[in-house]
Amino acid sequence: MTSPAKPLLSVENLSKVYQGRQTLANRLAGVRPFSVRAVNDVSFEVRRGEVLGLIGESGCGKSTLGRAVLRLHEPTAGRVRFDGEDVTALSAGALKDMRRRMQIVFQDPYASLNPRSTVADIVGLPLRLHGLAKTTQEVRETVARILERVGLNAAHLDRYPHQFSGGQRQRIGIARALISHPEFIVCDEPVSALDVSIQAQIIQLLLELKDEMGLTYLFISHDISVIGYLSDRVAVMYLGEIVEMGPTDDVLARPRHPYTQSLMSAVPDVDAPGKHQRVRLAGELPSPLDPPKGCKFHTRCPLAIDVCRREAPISEQVAPGHQAACHRLSEDLSVRETAAGAQAR
Amino acid sequence: MSRNENLLEVDGLRTVFDTSEGVVRAVDGVDVTVRRGECLGVVGESGSGKSVTFSSVMGLVRSPGRIESGAIRFEGQDLTRLSTREMRAIRGRDISMTMQDALTALNPALTVGEQLSEMLDAHDDDLPARGAARRRAIRDRSVEMLRLVGIPSPESRLGQYPHEFSGGMRQRIMIAIALAPGPKLLIADEPTTALDVTIQAQVLELISDIRARLGMSVVLITHDLGVVAEHCDRVMVMYAGQVVEEGSTVDVISNPQHPYTRGLLGSIPRLSLRGKPIRPIQGQVPNLVGLPPQCRFYSRCPERTDACLQSVEMRSVGPDRRARCIALTQEEVA
Repeated sequence: MTSPAKPLLSVENLSKVYQGRQTLANRLAGVRPFSVRAVNDVSFEVRRGEVLGLIGESGCGKSTLGRAVLRLHEPTAGRVRFDGEDVTALSAGALKDMRRRMQIVFQDPYASLNPRSTVADIVGLPLRLHGLAKTTQEVRETVARILERVGLNAAHLDRYPHQFSGGQRQRIGIARALISHPEFIVCDEPVSALDVSIQAQIIQLLLELKDEMGLTYLFISHDISVIGYLSDRVAVMYLGEIVEMGPTDDVLARPRHPYTQSLMSAVPDVDAPGKHQRVRLAGELPSPLDPPKGCKFHTRCPLAIDVCRREAPISEQVAPGHQAACHRLSEDLSVRETAAGAQAR
Repeated sequence: MSRNENLLEVDGLRTVFDTSEGVVRAVDGVDVTVRRGECLGVVGESGSGKSVTFSSVMGLVRSPGRIESGAIRFEGQDLTRLSTREMRAIRGRDISMTMQDALTALNPALTVGEQLSEMLDAHDDDLPARGAARRRAIRDRSVEMLRLVGIPSPESRLGQYPHEFSGGMRQRIMIAIALAPGPKLLIADEPTTALDVTIQAQVLELISDIRARLGMSVVLITHDLGVVAEHCDRVMVMYAGQVVEEGSTVDVISNPQHPYTRGLLGSIPRLSLRGKPIRPIQGQVPNLVGLPPQCRFYSRCPERTDACLQSVEMRSVGPDRRARCIALTQEEVA
């Protein structure tokens, strides 16, 4: 885990707003179209060779953030720099070239592969797009080599996606992402759709490939065990914002934000069942269409006080490289103890 | 152990599916015991037969599937011998099942209140016989059920449709419908797989609370050993249509006997393993058509020997503890 001074990826104040279309009927009725701030003013860096884990529950904006970084979804505001270059300012042509270096592995191995294309076509497409191989023969040879590396083989070249299991399809998706020799990969829940034993195979493969090819990952998952196992640093998202970020050991062993604390306590643990004092979070994620004022977590936070309902907290450093956004950080409270205390009373 | 303690006993269940490629033996000689008041965890990956086993218990296996042989005794009564009508009376009233995907399991065209009433109308014998009194009683019971599963302002939500609820709320509604007639056994098929972890914790605690309150038995089908560790008294591990190991949850997790159980436990990534390689089980689940009679885990087992090429039965490996591995028997005999 070396940390050279310059980050490979740096994201500054990135926001993504989905805006509903204004219709005539709404305009006459004076109704404003909906707008969802899926990602709100998010900043972070990923160093070369690092795995940054991005964790959060469904609807928190983690996938949108992953896609906005690659400009698969155009960011509304903010800046993304990759290796010093401003990705958000690139022209379409320059962006295409940049995509050779920045790739993505999707969650659903069933939906992300074209059912009408053969494996050779699917995996070979980036080679053709970026002019990395001239002849069909060259494409097939390169594809065969990468298939071999991800645990498939040349015999699979002319098969279609439906002829593979979920785990094998995910290997195809990984081969497609890797074939252009990228430096950075957004892994968007790559193992969530897989069975436990297959999940472990794919995690193992991703870690091996990272070391071999010197890759950098933004690894998105809702699974704290997976994130805890493979990330160097972790960022926790809630309703479009990063509420806590820092070295994995530090954040998971000593979470400071009440949301991270609750999340950690909700994970069932094989090693020590019942070890945790459960923190029962009241209710569910508020609608992103109408997010709470002040701190967005206050509606579910066991520690919320008046100021949390009025003002959004600003992220502060709590330990080297570890930041959190909460009004009550200085009091060093634990959600668990507070919940236990409340129960005792 | 007295026979009375067992609420459900499944003996040698074989459920097969006739397909164009041959007969798929989805459940191949499975025995299950569910005791009164206990929570039994059923763990396995896709294709292990865990859902088909309990669909068979519910009498929900449809063509091309069929129960080839085996007995399913509920309170001593063999369910496989019942007529459709008799089975319908037991299903819902005595045994209820919740499905993994609440959105497809609930009827989108009926309100939540209508779906609860339907269940109560069919199965609750304590209600007034007919008329306005019955309707009022059903409505009151429906509100009570929604309140039990933690739906805020249940009176006003009875008239809403499933799509108007969040995923966690839909799962609660399905549990409310399943619990409405006061069943003795609740089969929960992956009740939290589609949910976020904070919501998952809420739903599992809800099931545990209600089990303690109503004294019912629960079968929790899941792929998550963490969930089993926290919520189940006993666990049954399934692989490729067979049970490979069973015992008390603590024993199985702290001292797994079958190589597959060990592999499964070794496959779970956790914070404590950071920097160390995890040991995934190599390969994938075998095709269930025309399997040779050998140990089903043979192709993936890191400890396989030639002895494994014969068929293996479940062996007793301790008090209340069984596993299906030849290596174990040899140790036992010695």
